[in-house]
Order: sequence, then C-alpha cells, then structure tokens
Amino acid sequence: MIAPSIPASAPPLQSSGFGAHWRERLDALLSLGRRSGADLVEVFLERTDHLSLLAEQDSITSVSPAFGLGAGIRVFLGRRDGFVSTNDLSDQGLQAALEQALGMLGLVPSPSAANAFAGLTELRDHGLAVKGEWLLRCPTLAEASDRLLEGTARLEQHGRHLQVRRGSYSRDWQEVLVAASDGTFARDIRLHQSLGLNVLAADGEHRASLGRRYGTSDRPDALRDWDPEASALDVCDSVGTMLYADYVEAGQMPAVLANRFGGVIFHEACGHLLETTQVERGTTPFAEMVGQSIAHPSLTAIDEGGTEGAFGSLAMDDEGMEPQRTVLIENGVLRRFLSDRAGEQRTGHPRTGSGRRQGHGFAAASRMRNTFIAAGPHSPEALIASVDRGLYCKSMGGGSVGPTGQFNFAVEEGFLIENGKLTKPVKGATLIGEAKEVMPRISMCANDLELAAGFCGSVSGSIFVTVGQPHIKVDSITVGGR
Amino acid sequence: MNAPGLEAAQLRDRVEQLAHRHGISQWDLGASCSSDTSVQVDRGDAKQMKAAQRSALTVRVWNGDGLVGITSTSDLSDEGLERALSGAREASAFGNPDDTPAFSPLATSPLQPLDQPLHQPRNILNLLETLKEAERQLLGRHTAISTVPYNGLAQRSSERIYLNSAGACRQQAQTTASLYLYARAEETGRKPRSAGAVRLAYGATGLDIAGCIDEAAERTISHLDYAPITTGHYTCVFSPEAFLDLIGAFSSLFNARAVLDGVSLSTRESLGEPLACPFFNLHDNGLHPGNIGASSFDGEGTPTQRLALVEAGVIRNFLHSEATARSFGVAPTGHAGMGAKVSVGPDYFEVGPAGAGDPQLAGQAGLDHGTHPGPLVVIDSLSALHAGVKASQGSFSLPFDGWLVRGGERVSIEAATVAGDIRTVLKALIGFEGPAKVTPDGVCPFVWVEGLSVTGEA
Repeated sequence: MIAPSIPASAPPLQSSGFGAHWRERLDALLSLGRRSGADLVEVFLERTDHLSLLAEQDSITSVSPAFGLGAGIRVFLGRRDGFVSTNDLSDQGLQAALEQALGMLGLVPSPSAANAFAGLTELRDHGLAVKGEWLLRCPTLAEASDRLLEGTARLEQHGRHLQVRRGSYSRDWQEVLVAASDGTFARDIRLHQSLGLNVLAADGEHRASLGRRYGTSDRPDALRDWDPEASALDVCDSVGTMLYADYVEAGQMPAVLANRFGGVIFHEACGHLLETTQVERGTTPFAEMVGQSIAHPSLTAIDEGGTEGAFGSLAMDDEGMEPQRTVLIENGVLRRFLSDRAGEQRTGHPRTGSGRRQGHGFAAASRMRNTFIAAGPHSPEALIASVDRGLYCKSMGGGSVGPTGQFNFAVEEGFLIENGKLTKPVKGATLIGEAKEVMPRISMCANDLELAAGFCGSVSGSIFVTVGQPHIKVDSITVGGR
Repeated sequence: MNAPGLEAAQLRDRVEQLAHRHGISQWDLGASCSSDTSVQVDRGDAKQMKAAQRSALTVRVWNGDGLVGITSTSDLSDEGLERALSGAREASAFGNPDDTPAFSPLATSPLQPLDQPLHQPRNILNLLETLKEAERQLLGRHTAISTVPYNGLAQRSSERIYLNSAGACRQQAQTTASLYLYARAEETGRKPRSAGAVRLAYGATGLDIAGCIDEAAERTISHLDYAPITTGHYTCVFSPEAFLDLIGAFSSLFNARAVLDGVSLSTRESLGEPLACPFFNLHDNGLHPGNIGASSFDGEGTPTQRLALVEAGVIRNFLHSEATARSFGVAPTGHAGMGAKVSVGPDYFEVGPAGAGDPQLAGQAGLDHGTHPGPLVVIDSLSALHAGVKASQGSFSLPFDGWLVRGGERVSIEAATVAGDIRTVLKALIGFEGPAKVTPDGVCPFVWVEGLSVTGEA
C-alpha cells in the first residue's frame, strides 16, 4: 500500500521563492505607499507547503497536501490602519491591494508626490543557508506513514477496550519575507511538525477518549526521533484509568495542576490578558497595573521565543523583529505586556517581538510564543501532600477565556486528592474562575517545569505556541462537575 | 469589492488539458474565490479595516488502481493547477483502498432554487460610518456600557464551483453581510458583564442594525444585576441559540462518517431506535430561508436537501457523503465536504415538536419561563463548546450566561456551568416554549429540560 519513495513535497523548494528580485518590487510598493501619505507601510509575503496524514487503526485514511502563496499589506496612518490580503502576487495584484488599503484610510495613490521612503535596509536572512533544505530533509510520505502506523500498532499492543486508534501528523513549512517602510527587510523559513495519538475506549456503558500531541519547530528529524512506544504506553495507561472513572462532584476545592500542558490555564486565563490587543480593547483588568502585585509572590511567568525546537519559537516575529525574552510577572508583580507594532503605537508598551499571525490573511497582533510559569522550590509530591481534599489535574483538555476574563478548562484526566494522597480517578471536571481572583491563589510551584506544544486561536488566527509550568497548587478554585 | 470571479468552463478546459498531459482520466475539484471587506471600531474611531481577495482549489485524482489523492492550493495559475494535479496523483498512491470516494450519483441532479439576492458591496468607509453609529447608539443605552470590545461589520462576495471529469458542473455565487456587537458593562464594585448579538443578511443594506443594537443592549443590561447560584440540580430552559449550540456539538450522533469511524454514540443499528422524548423532532435543512449563505450543493456536488434526523424521538436518517451513503445503501444527502477522506456535517437544524395539536407529540403545554414560579435556570448562551463537550462520550460541562427564575423574579447568574449527558438531556425534555425562533444556526423554540447539574459559586 505504501509507495516506496515519494517525496514529502512535489516541487523543489530548497531555494527561496523570495529572492533578490523582490527588493526592487517592494521598494516601489513601499515608496508608493509613503508618497501617498501613509505613515508606515508593511508587506508580508508568504509561501506555504503543508502536509497532513491520518492513520486510523492500521490504515492510512487521509493524506492531504496543500500549498499556497499570498501577501498581506498593512498601511498605518496615525492610530488607524488598513489591511488587505491577496493571493495575487503580480505587480498589478500587489499594487491594487496597496491602493485598497490606502483608500481605507482616505489616502489616494500619489506616485509623483515627494518620496519619504529611505529604502529597505540590508536583508536580514534568518538562516536560509541552513533552512533552505529543511523541507527536503523532512520524512517522505512513506516514512511518515510508517511512523504513524507504528504508533497505532503500539496502541493496539498496549491498550485494552480500544474502539478507535488514531495517529495524526502535520507538517507546516512557511517562508516569509517582511518589508516595511521603516526599512525592515527580513526573511525566514519556519518548519513546524506535530504528531498526535488519540484513542477511544469503550467497555459496556463506560467510554473514555483522550489523546496526546507533540510538536516541534525547526527540526526536520522530529518525526524520526519520536518514540511511539513511550507515547502509546502513556496514552493507554491514561485511557485505561479514565475508562471506569466516576464523575467528579462539583464544588470549591484546592487543585494541583500537573506540569507540561497544565500551563494552558495560565496561557488562557492570564497570558491573553497580558497582550496589548486586550489593553487596546479595554478587556484586561491588568492594563494599569505594571509594577503592582497581581499574583502570589511565588509566581514568576515568562514568554519567550528562543527555546530551541519549542513549538512557539521563532527566529523573527511576523513583523521582522527578533523575539525577546519577556518576563511578564516576577514574584507576583506585573512587569510587561506582550506587544506588536500596532500595540506599541496604541498603548505605548514597547514591542517584544510578539507580532504574530497565522498567515498572510491576518494582520499581525501581539500573541504569545513559549509561555510558562517558572519552576519553584517544591517537589510535586509536596504540593499534593499539602491538600486534604481536592482535585489533581494530571492532564488538561482545551479551554477558553471570555470577554470579561472568566476562564474555563476541561480536565481530561483527574484524580481526587484525599489526605495528601491521590486516590480515585474522576472525569467531567471543569476548572472555572477569573484570572484576577485565581492568580493570587497559586501558592506553590514545584521544581519540574516542562513545556508542551499547542495551538492558540485568537485575533490573528491560529498559531503555534508552547505552554508550560511545573506542578502548581491553586488554594481554591471552582470545579464544575455533576 | 467584487469577487474576482471563477469561470467554470474555462477552469474545466484548463484542468482537462493538464490532466490529459499527466495521464489523469478521473478527477474532480472544488474551487472558490471571494472578496471580503470588514471594519471594527473602538469608541468612535476606526480600529481596523480589512479586505481580502482569496482563491482556493482542492482537486482529487483517481489513479489507475482506483485510489484517490488530493491536493489543495490558493494558487489558481496554470503552474499552481499543474502542481496540484501532480501532487494529488502522487498522494493517490496512499489512498485508502477500504474507503474510496466516488463521484456522487447526484452530482448532476437538478438543484433546488435558493432565493439569494446578490447585493452590490458598499464602500468600506460607508461600512465604517455605519458601525461607528451602531457603536455610539449601543454605548448610549446604559451608563454601565463602557465599551463594545468585540464588534464588526463585514460583507462578502463569493463564488464556488464543483466540477468533475464526468461532466458535472455546479456553480453558485453569493453575497452575505454580518454585524456583531458584544458590549462590556461594569458598575462600581461589581464584576464586568458582557453580552452581544449577531445579525446576518445578503448584503450590508439588509442588516437589521437596530435589532442587533437592541438585543445587545438588552442582553448586556439584563446581566448587570447578578448573584451567585447554589450548586445543585435544576430544571433548565435553553434559549433557541443555546439548544442549537448543544445539539450542534453532538451532531456526530447523526453523522454517518462518525458512525462508520466508531466515534459516534450512534451505530448502524441506531436507525429506527428511540433517542429522545416522543415529542422531539430534528431536521437538517440547509435550504431554510433563514440559512443566510446556504449552499445549494455540497463538496461533492450533491444537492442540499431537507432531511429528517429524528422524528417523534426516533432516529430516522444520518447525514451522508457519497462514500458513507454507499456503505449504508442509501443516497447521498448533500452534507459532504471534499477530501481524500470526505468529512460530513450538518447545515442548519430545525428543532420542534413532533405533532402540532397532539398532546402526545407536543410535550408539556403552556410552558412560560416568564411566569413560572421556579426555581428554573434559563440558559441564554453556552460558551467553550470546543473544550467542554466530549462528543464521543456524550458528556458536557459548559459555562453559560443565564438567569435564575424564582418566585416570579429573574436574576442574572454570576458564573456557572451546566453539565450532563446529551442522551439523558434528550430523554429528559419537558417540552417546548413559544414559537420557533429563526437564528443564524437554525430554527428552535425555547427547550425545557428536567434535572440538569448546575455548578455555581454560592
């Protein structure tokens, strides 16, 4: 069934699609924008190559390649901006997009007006020499298929009562070129690969479903390095435990959240409130609290884009800026917000290399990268031992935060804590609260910080991020259940 | 803002030539192009103005062994089409021999006409002024409404095409517009509250802007005076929007693809089996006039149709693609996407009583949450369905906005979640209240359900 050596991508993409000839075209475009009265013009060019595979039971059931190209043109005038995206990268197509963006701001194309554009700087190339061949170094379709089927076979080997076994693989390659009339001229190639194992177990009336996802950036060999045996054992152990779990009883109680993907609660509940997009909207309670205590003194939180191989890492953001390491909260005190170009302009918070977007169809916005709570001094066991009766959240599902800051998270795998020990597994739990109320209740952080890959959907689309934390203890939180 | 335009005959000629060059004899494709403009405002100023011209194409190719491969692209140039065909042919080597899609036998059947007037787009600066005025009016409705942090006015012109090498040719052009206003209100010493409203129409001039402002204001203001609720079991009254969200989250119950994949709570044997109270009907009707933006055909070219899913509490049909229909020995129902593995999904639900005038088939009569002595929990809107629903298990635990009705008084609930099992919910229906409301997601009256678990903070 598996063809022997079909490449992962049909076309040769080892060389840049955005070569030297683009400088002249972009110079002309940016110059026209500035001549027409724009304060700043930014062009984001993108080429993409995507592949996803799905294995179900012991067959490959879906192979979905996709490729594309496009441009996003953003024009700033004062605090306002206009944004136009297009798939037409011809000179006419780009000029039409620019003129449409200018028109949104009441500007008329004026090619003969004085030119206030000094020209693009030297191209900052974030590693084309190394990254140019990444796509060809990725696993072939045959290799990827074999790895996925190995994963579902291991699930069959280690699981009981498994009704559905699924493995999924996704590879996203992206080349971007950013040029702006402030001289910014930068190019990057990004490679993200993610892999998931999911199962559904059923035994009579008992049903449980869960999964694990792993993700890396900029590592062509990531799928080859993956350990399907360890992943399958992890998934099968968890689903076997949860299959016969009872529903949790609702109420207020202390909770211990495990490390890795437990960090999603900080990402959703607090991290989004520290983006300047929320300051602009007036939807964060922390807008005027820089330098003030917003969390328990045991809590320090960081967002950065430099951890090698992490899903949210990037050599430059989608506005051409190198990502900074941003200490958001230090010992409970709010230090900084995550900011992009528009955020800096509208809120005064300096850019942090956090301008991110799903692709050319979105204007960049301040978004998280690798966001985590820093490790503390305690052992994970000490956190659990400190709870008389509460909930241990070993694995979190998805969550969201509402426009008033209220968050909720599904607990995928939970256990009761009774007299300082983990006892029976429970399902159906949801953690509910508000960041402003919960942050001061994170009273203990363990010493076992780990990161986990995820996807974050927000104003500028779905992006690759990392969440993370050590085990943490929340003194009291509302647990929704039956 | 005019859609760039797809010319079906020209596209067919180009693809046929390229397919012939590559030795491809069987193919089909879905293509679309669209032109969008949208605005957002912030306290009287433009926040963002956006426009987009998009094109997309997905092509499927059958190889000599009858296996299917697929490739998608936004590049509709000859070079892009050629690469897409080539990529699809290569991917076909990995096609699933146990589940191979074929052309829909209904891909050339007549389509039901849809009354979808095409509107000329408005200038984006005109949209901006309209939205600024809507925001101004909403802010003026109550002193506690300080911002409308989530708002947008958008319009779209689009075209989509389905073609296959057997001669099928479907084409549909549409215009749509949308307005959403989500206000945030805060009173001194109290928590901020937020609520909103959405309107859809075939063009920006057809939007019910005044109605959207009224609804957003009324809903936001009604939640200002809130109190916590005690955790317990309550009779719950779902608003039409909330119940449609809940049913939509569990649509795998009626999805033949999910049934075949083993991830649905239903099985092949569920057809003809009771699922809900005997007075419960559920249809999927993408052709309903309230379904703004309806498609007249699905991703495989099958005509959209009205389909009975549950009648008198009994499961009657599943939603099908060509492949799932073949497996069940029925006709495709017009609910397919396009893919190597074809997805299936609902269009627009109609929920209501099974029999008008027949007490046996209408549930409890005379329900009115406005006059009921209570206690009742009225669920106005559900949140976080992506996180709080376990469709393959049937369970849900969802935050909601709503009211506690007790002794003739209605008090907004501070923060709470409702949890349960969808099968239990459908068996615990008490009845329907009032006439069915046409919403963007379907048609549904208020739905009363007995004994759901509500977690509050009291």
